[in-house]
Amino acid sequence: MIKSLTLPDPDRDHIVGSANGLIKLLEYGDYECPFCGEAYAIIKEIQRRLGDDLLFAFRNFPLTNVHPHSEHAAEAAEAAGAQENFWGMHDILFENQAALDDENLAAYAAELGLDETRLIREVTASVYGPRIREDFKSGVRGGVNGTPAFFINGERYDGTRDLEHLLDALTPQSA
Amino acid sequence: MITTTTGSRSVLVPGTRAPDFTLRSTPDQSVSLSEFRGRPVVLAFYPADWSPVCGDQMALYNEILDEFQEFQAELIGISVDGAWCHDAFARQNKLHFPLLADFEPKGAVARAYGVYDEKDGTCERALFVINPDGIIHWSYVSPIGINPGANGILSALEDLKVQRGTTVAT
Repeated sequence: MIKSLTLPDPDRDHIVGSANGLIKLLEYGDYECPFCGEAYAIIKEIQRRLGDDLLFAFRNFPLTNVHPHSEHAAEAAEAAGAQENFWGMHDILFENQAALDDENLAAYAAELGLDETRLIREVTASVYGPRIREDFKSGVRGGVNGTPAFFINGERYDGTRDLEHLLDALTPQSA
Repeated sequence: MITTTTGSRSVLVPGTRAPDFTLRSTPDQSVSLSEFRGRPVVLAFYPADWSPVCGDQMALYNEILDEFQEFQAELIGISVDGAWCHDAFARQNKLHFPLLADFEPKGAVARAYGVYDEKDGTCERALFVINPDGIIHWSYVSPIGINPGANGILSALEDLKVQRGTTVAT
């Protein structure tokens, strides 16, 4: 039961990479968390190196009291996902962590060529709030204890979050 | 469950009556454990305010207070930091639950629960779920560097609810 909470679900989650990827990496993250921002660049490099061997999924874990913009940022990514560009927004948000107010979100939507009026309307109405809460709750029950939290093939990774250590943890299982 | 020995004392285990205490929650207010009789209480001992990571244990619990409330459970954080320190920490992180100061005599409550780290002079990362009658239902001590998260607490509260439901029905 725990495992299902910590393995990517291609039917539900935002995933990138091969659905048949041998290595399954799941992140619980918060767009306003500086440690998630650091991890973002590392994950990009890991994706580049592992290519089709990797299936990467992202779930929301906004710590809204500490990070006041994190909820709307998460909703913007989900709203972009409803317009088929979750990962575009995901990337822009992590690349602009210091600029996450609603005006910024609208500008990013425009930059991605999305319907920004619809996106802001959905963010304001918290259309994806329940989904974000579902992500969050699954994380709490799956053992997330802060952000970012990584699960490699269903097991929480508690090691150092740099490229070398993460690659080490990811690659032996691809053999 | 992990039980550890702290010096000559052992962590209080399930079935033990939870020692009562009265500690400052703010510079001019105190809280006693016995005030919460009739409801489950989650006691979260932690080493120090101002943990330098976003994965701070108290910040995490703050985000899931509604889930604790589903069990009518009261969450209480305890460290050896003083009430003024707690006040600043709680304000900075917008915490919506009490942090108690096990400050004078230092660590007395943590010692009573068997979770005082003599070497560092702080509380260990220890969790207790206390049932509505004031008996410890579940306890867990986490390695000091590892935030234990909330899953264990929620499972213990669920288990307690089932157990109490069964007790009432029979």
